[in-house]
Parts: sequence; C-alpha cells; structure tokens
Amino acid sequence: MDLSKGWVNTMLKGSSPLIFERSIEDRFAYSLPDLEVEKADISTIIDDKFVRKTKAELPEISELDLMRHYTELSNKNYGVDSGFYPLGSCTMKYNPKINEKVARMPGFALSHPLQSDKTIQGSLEIVYDMQEHLKEITGMDEITLQPAAGAQGEWTALMMIKAFHEDNGDFNRTKVIVPDSAHGTNPASAVVAGFEAVTVKSNDKGLVDIEHLKSLVGDDTAAIMLTNPNTLGLFEEDILEMRDIVHEAGGKLYYDGANLNAIMAKVRPGDMGFDAVHLNLHKTFTGPHGGGGPGSGPIGVKSELAKYLPKPIVVKNEDDSYKVEHDVPKSIGRVKPFFGNFGIFLRAYTYIRTMGPDGLKEVSEIAVLNANYMMRRLEGTFELPYKQHCKHEFVISGSRQKKMGVRTLDMAKRLLDFGYHPPTIYFPLNVEECMMIEPTETESKETLDGFVDTLIGISKEAEEDPDIVLEAPHTTVVGRLDETQAARKPVLRFQRDDIVEEK
Amino acid sequence: MSHRYLPLTEKDKNAMLETIGIKDVSELFEDIPESVRFKGELDIKEKKSETSLLRELTNISKKNITTETHTSFLGAGVYDHYIPTVVDHVISRSEFYTAYTPYQPEISQGELQAIFEFQTLIAELTGMDVANSSMYDGPTAFAEAATMAAGQTKKKKVVVSKGVHYQAIEVLKTYCKGQNIEVVEVDLNGSYTDLEKLAEASDEDTAAVMVQYPNFLGSIEDLEAMEEIAHKHKALFVVNSNPLALSLLTPPGEFGADIVTGDTQVFGIPAQFGGPHCGYFAATKKLMRKMPGRLIGQTQDDEGNRGFVLTLQAREQHIRRDKATSNICSNQALNALASSVAMSALGKNGAVEMAEQNIQKTNYMKNKLKSAGFTILDGQSFNEFAVKLSKDVDEINDELLEYGYIGGYNLEKVDADFAGYMLVAVTELRTKEEIDGFIERLGEYNA
Repeated sequence: MDLSKGWVNTMLKGSSPLIFERSIEDRFAYSLPDLEVEKADISTIIDDKFVRKTKAELPEISELDLMRHYTELSNKNYGVDSGFYPLGSCTMKYNPKINEKVARMPGFALSHPLQSDKTIQGSLEIVYDMQEHLKEITGMDEITLQPAAGAQGEWTALMMIKAFHEDNGDFNRTKVIVPDSAHGTNPASAVVAGFEAVTVKSNDKGLVDIEHLKSLVGDDTAAIMLTNPNTLGLFEEDILEMRDIVHEAGGKLYYDGANLNAIMAKVRPGDMGFDAVHLNLHKTFTGPHGGGGPGSGPIGVKSELAKYLPKPIVVKNEDDSYKVEHDVPKSIGRVKPFFGNFGIFLRAYTYIRTMGPDGLKEVSEIAVLNANYMMRRLEGTFELPYKQHCKHEFVISGSRQKKMGVRTLDMAKRLLDFGYHPPTIYFPLNVEECMMIEPTETESKETLDGFVDTLIGISKEAEEDPDIVLEAPHTTVVGRLDETQAARKPVLRFQRDDIVEEK
Repeated sequence: MSHRYLPLTEKDKNAMLETIGIKDVSELFEDIPESVRFKGELDIKEKKSETSLLRELTNISKKNITTETHTSFLGAGVYDHYIPTVVDHVISRSEFYTAYTPYQPEISQGELQAIFEFQTLIAELTGMDVANSSMYDGPTAFAEAATMAAGQTKKKKVVVSKGVHYQAIEVLKTYCKGQNIEVVEVDLNGSYTDLEKLAEASDEDTAAVMVQYPNFLGSIEDLEAMEEIAHKHKALFVVNSNPLALSLLTPPGEFGADIVTGDTQVFGIPAQFGGPHCGYFAATKKLMRKMPGRLIGQTQDDEGNRGFVLTLQAREQHIRRDKATSNICSNQALNALASSVAMSALGKNGAVEMAEQNIQKTNYMKNKLKSAGFTILDGQSFNEFAVKLSKDVDEINDELLEYGYIGGYNLEKVDADFAGYMLVAVTELRTKEEIDGFIERLGEYNA
C-alpha cells in the first residue's frame, strides 16, 4: 500500500487496509490527563524482568484517520438499520434508539458493581423490576439476570437441574434429551454441564416424535430441552403430553426462549409446564446484536428450583429499598461476574416499558402474521415441507431449485445483490436445502412483498439464467471468499512481515 | 398503526389475512392447547411515551452514586479509565451495532476486519500467537481456559492462586463442577501467591496452573517462577491479565504462558454496573484448534481481494453440537470493537503512557501513605494495593461518601483475614489533588 497518496476511500469496492497498515510512526489520537505527580524511575518500582522491552505494535494514527478507518469499515457492514434482515432464529427486529440513550445515562453507565447497596439503588431497582416483568411474561416464579447469553443461560439452568436431582439423592440422571431440530447450543450446553445429550427425532409434521420420546425417557432422564415454537417455526402442539411423559419419568422441562417472540401474552412457558426457561434479551427484547454480542440470557425457574439460582440475587427489602443477597446456601455458585450484562437489561427493560402489556401481545401477533403471509406467498415457488400455520418463522426448501442446478447457498448469495440479508440457511439440519425465514414484527408489508418478489425472481433466474445466480454476488465489496483456505492455513492476526513484503 | 415500532396498518393486515386464507390472527394460535392459552392481560406496567419514560428512567439513574458524582478509588476488576470520545461514536454506528454475527462475509467485511484487528491487538499485548474474537468477560474466559486445559491434558485438576480475582475463582468453580474438575486453591503470602504452596499443589494430575498478573491485590506476580512450576509436570500455564498493564509489563507470552485471558473493560468500556464488558482469550498456536469461541481468519475472494471470514468453525457448537469445544455462541463483538477503537486511539505510545500513569500515581499514593505510617500489604504494584485501616472498611466507605469519595474495596469480603484492609485503585484519571485529598481523609483511619 502506498501511504504517500493520503486517504483513499475504498468503501465501495475491494479490501480496506488494516489499521496497522495505516499506522505512521509518531501519530496518535489520545489526550491523557497530566501526570502531575513526581515521576519515579520505573526501575525503582518494578523489577527489570517485568518491564516490557519492546512495545506492543498498536497502530499510530490521527483521530480523523481513526474515524475514517472505522467509518469505512462500517460502510462495509450490513445491520438491521441498513435493510431487511430475515435471519431465522435470530429475531433481527428494530433496535430502538431510546434504548441506546438510556444505556448511556451516566447514572447507569458510570456506576460500579461493587459499590455499597445504598449507592446503587437505581441499578438494583432496574434489576429487580426487570425480574418482576420477566416473571410475569414467562409465568415463572423466580428470575436471575446473571447469565451472559442464551447458551450460558442454558448451561446455568442445567446446572441447577443437576443440583436439584443430586439434592434428592438422584445421581443417575445423566441424560438430557434434545430434539434433532434444536439449536447446536442445546447439546453443547448439556455436555458442558456434565450430561450426555440424547437426540429425539422429529415426525413428518416437524414436531417431536412422541413415541420416540417415550422410548427415550427413564430414570436416567435429567431433562428435556425444547424450543416452542421449535426451530422450524412450528408449535409443539403435543406439549402437554410431552410434559407429562417427562415429568412422570422424573425429568425436568427446559424451555429454550430463542423463539419467545412468537408467543408473548399468547402462552407462557410456565403455564405449559416448563420448569426452567432462558430468554435472549438480544432477540425478543431488542438488545442490539452488536455484530455477535453482547447478549443477555436471563433464566426463570419454578419455585422448587429457585434455591439453586446463581448468586448473588437481588431482593427487595421491607422498606422498599433493594439489596444484594449473597447468602444463598444451595446456589450452584456464580456463573458470571457481578450482575450480568446490565447494559443489555437496561435496553430490554426500556423496550418492555415502551410496549406495555398490549404492545407485547401485538408484537407476537404481528410477528406471526408476517411470517405466515410470507410463507403463503412463497409456497407456490418453493417446496414447503410443513404445511400447517407457522409461528414467527418458517422454513422452505430449495429442493426444486437444486434440481435446476442452483443451491440454497447460491440463492442466498444472489439476495445480496438485491440489498437483502439472506435468511438462515442449512439449519435446521432435518430439512434439505433449508431456508429459515423470520421477518419480525417491525417490517412493513411493502418490505415483505419486496423480499418475496425478489426471491421468486431469483428462482426464475435459476430456471432461465442459472449462471447469474451461481456466480453471485456481483455487487458486494468482495466476492465469495475462500473459506477452505482460511481453515487450512489459518491467518488469525495481522503479520507484521506483510508490511515489509509490500514495501 | 398502533405503535411506532409496528408499521402494519389495518388495511395491510386485512390484505395479509386474506392471502393466508383466515379471518383473524387468533386462528394462527389455535395449535396452542386451549387449557394453557394465556387469556388475560400481562400484569406488567402500562406503556409509556418516549418522553415520560426517559424522565422516569433518568430519575432512577440519578439514585446511583457514580464516578460522575464522586471521586472513585474503587477498582477490584472494574476500573475508571479514560475513554477517548471517538469510541462511542464508532460503536454508535448502527451498521455495527444492529448487525448479527458475520455469517454472510460479503456484507460483513467491516465487522470481520474490525475483529481481526482486535485479535491482532490482543495477541500483541499478551505476547501470544493467536487470540479469539472475544468472550463474555474475563472470569468466564478464565474458567473456559480451565475446561480447555482439562480437555487438552486429559487431567481433572486445576491449581488456582488466590491472587486471582475472587469472582473469577467463583465462576471457575461453577464451570469445573459441571465437568467434575477439581479446583485446588493456593494461599497468598502477603500480597503474592505463596510459590512454595503453588509448587506443592501442582503435580502430575494437574491440567493447569492458573494465576493472575498483576494479581487481585495489584501485585506483579513472578511469572518466571510460576511458569517453571506449571510446566514441571506438563500442566498448562494459564495467566489472567489486565491488558492495560501488559502495554508496560513483560507479556505472559514471553514467560511461556499457554493461555492468557482477561477483560478489556480497561480499554474503552464504561463500568456500567459490571457489564457488558469484554473477555479475551489468547493462546499458543499449538492450542489454536482447541480454543473456545469465534475466530476470524484472513482469506481471498475469487478475484484475489483480501477478505475475512469466520474460520475453524469445526470447533463450535453450531457445527459440532455435543462434540464442540465449548457451548459458547455469542461473543462481545461490540465491546471488542469499543476496545479496539480505544487501543488504536492510544496507539503504541499512548497505551504505555496510560499504563505508566497508573503505576506512577498508584505508587505516589502508596509511598505517601507509607510515610504517614500506614500499614500496606506491600508488593510491586500496578494500579492497586491494600492498605490497613483502623475500622470496618464498609463503615469507612459510608463516611467517605459524605466527602465525595467512593472508597476502595473491602477485602474482608473475600477473606476474613483481610479485615480492615481496603483495596485502593488509582488510575490515570485521578488528579494529584484528588489523591492528596483522599490521603488526608484516610488520615482519620490510620491504623
């Protein structure tokens, strides 16, 4: 790269220089306070062997060039604010701006989690009131906001279920049942919690095969993990029978809340018989996904599991003040430092208070209406493996188009040319050439129609001019990337030698 | 339209119902068993307008005491540091914060490149070969290092120094309980890990020797001696480390660490009541394919343009399910971005200057207290140290509030032997006047 040319914007096409390649000795973008105190020779404070001899190669860049670098990168990134993002199972709804404002209020952003209770009453009030709201929304008895994300919530709840069984002297419950359509985190969390994951099959309606479930349960069953509606977007209508089968075998029901957006104020996990539930505040409750995180994965439990909640817990005193309670003798322990991802609770809390009870109900109704509308518009063109009404998302199969030589991956890449983020593809694993579409409730009918028309148009291209689909995308800053090379010879960091070579 | 976030009009809804072939939305919920359908209204607070909700929440926020209202000497894992103004501007760009995990690399090059840069920055600071795209926070990253070490060495015991942040040890214990890994804690001797006890506790059955640098009491542990202890019996050497300190201290990688974890809150992330912060996880190349979490790798497109993708995904839960190296899915990408911006704004020299200010101001205060006759649990301090005071530290902190100070952490909460000890943090943001004023107030409690 030739830096003598000054700033050249490459946001429209091609690669951007790494910030390290933009580094010029002697530049900087900071303004530290004055030292003020008398400067001691560092060797009088720290042994020489602990003093770093070569500085870490952080970039040297001016403030404007720093802003331009990241602005350029942001222009090569697609978010919900950029356009339609029907990524199934991820609930890519609008992230309200008031939430961001609240999270940045100095009273919240600048409070320290280890201050004394009386100095953090504002934060504790939010935590407590959030717990109360989530109890009501889920129909559970107690809530902890500590888990960092959905997967951590799953593992936390499974650790509590393990503690419950062991407390009852029941040490043989080593198995956790997981449907074949489940998120990958479910079996992984089961293993991290020390269980064996056992798979229950789906039937031809896309629902858990009840007979198979009956054959799997026994006195070694610790729990079943269910997403309802499941990852195909279908409601497990036999949920009450499943509840009885698992409970009669002595197991617990775990609810993966990834799809809660479909059922708020329609049916509550607690009322369906679930003993534990996690929520993804970054899905249903508008915490922004942030390019991959931070999330927040509170869990709710029925009262018989409550004593195992991670500590500390936040409680209300008789005088209406709030307190951090560390004395929880049966707790499974701490799963996350401090109180969890407070900044995300604030956003989710603001959202819940913005919507109110009617609003949340309408959210689920419209999320489900939007999904069914798209599904019916697409079913003539694409194979629809499950015909019943869906909930907030649905799957279609690209099997017809595959016969024309175009795969789902190709159609997904072609969508990029039209300015859409593609749906989730090749998940769940039990549908061939799967596309999983979740529109969310915050999209207009015109947006849904535009996307449907485009996808139908791409199917037509597959028939008439398949190359244009096979070679897509044509308009993005880079083309299809070689993922095999990336994995075979991993380059996971900037190699300083690259600069030398290029010079 | 009934709500500003819900754009469907009545006309839209009717047209859509017709396409679906139903009369009412309720028909879409008829597969929910009648007996468990939720019939009433959720008993939660009624909705509020934008302005009235902002007013209410502002009032609640003002019930907190903060680093804006008071001068803080509280650290203990969460620090009041300089955050360059550019940081919030970058992370407020909604192309970044409203994006999902970059599963479609062609339209996610911005995020992917930014995180590739984060991985490089962390590798540079820690002196390690590779770093991942971030973890939930320092303590969970530390705990995952233990489970990874157990998997790698096929051993079921980890040895951890009590010089590690107590909450990281608590989280470690919870993670290890799930996988039947024994956790052996090693006592301190003064403000340092007792090296003799560390050596005694480490044996052939040890998967990892786990320490913190600088440790929870602010002292710079002797990683050279600890590395020897760890590797004597082929355990992995795991170091939890404040990355700001590493801009000035010899990085753990140079002492032979196998895994380095920690939290980048010190770079560009406000305390925000303890989260979200941002864990990091760095390792040797040898361990790369066993690391938890997402990794971004460099590659090329069909025209030879450099590009970035998620890579080595065969380690992860969405591919490997129950055989994955960890169940982690989300990372802390937006916070990793914040830290990258802060690290880049500081740059090669600024990070060192900031770290040095922490050391200088901390040691200035420590020496002044010593000259005034205070008992200090002494060591080579980075930006924290423990000072003995004349009465219960919680009571003292209550009194200090009246004078505008958030006092240090009461170490008695970690260990009864530390009764009367306050862990004081002095960052670059504390002025000489603030430090001198605080010393003067502490004069009341000179033990």
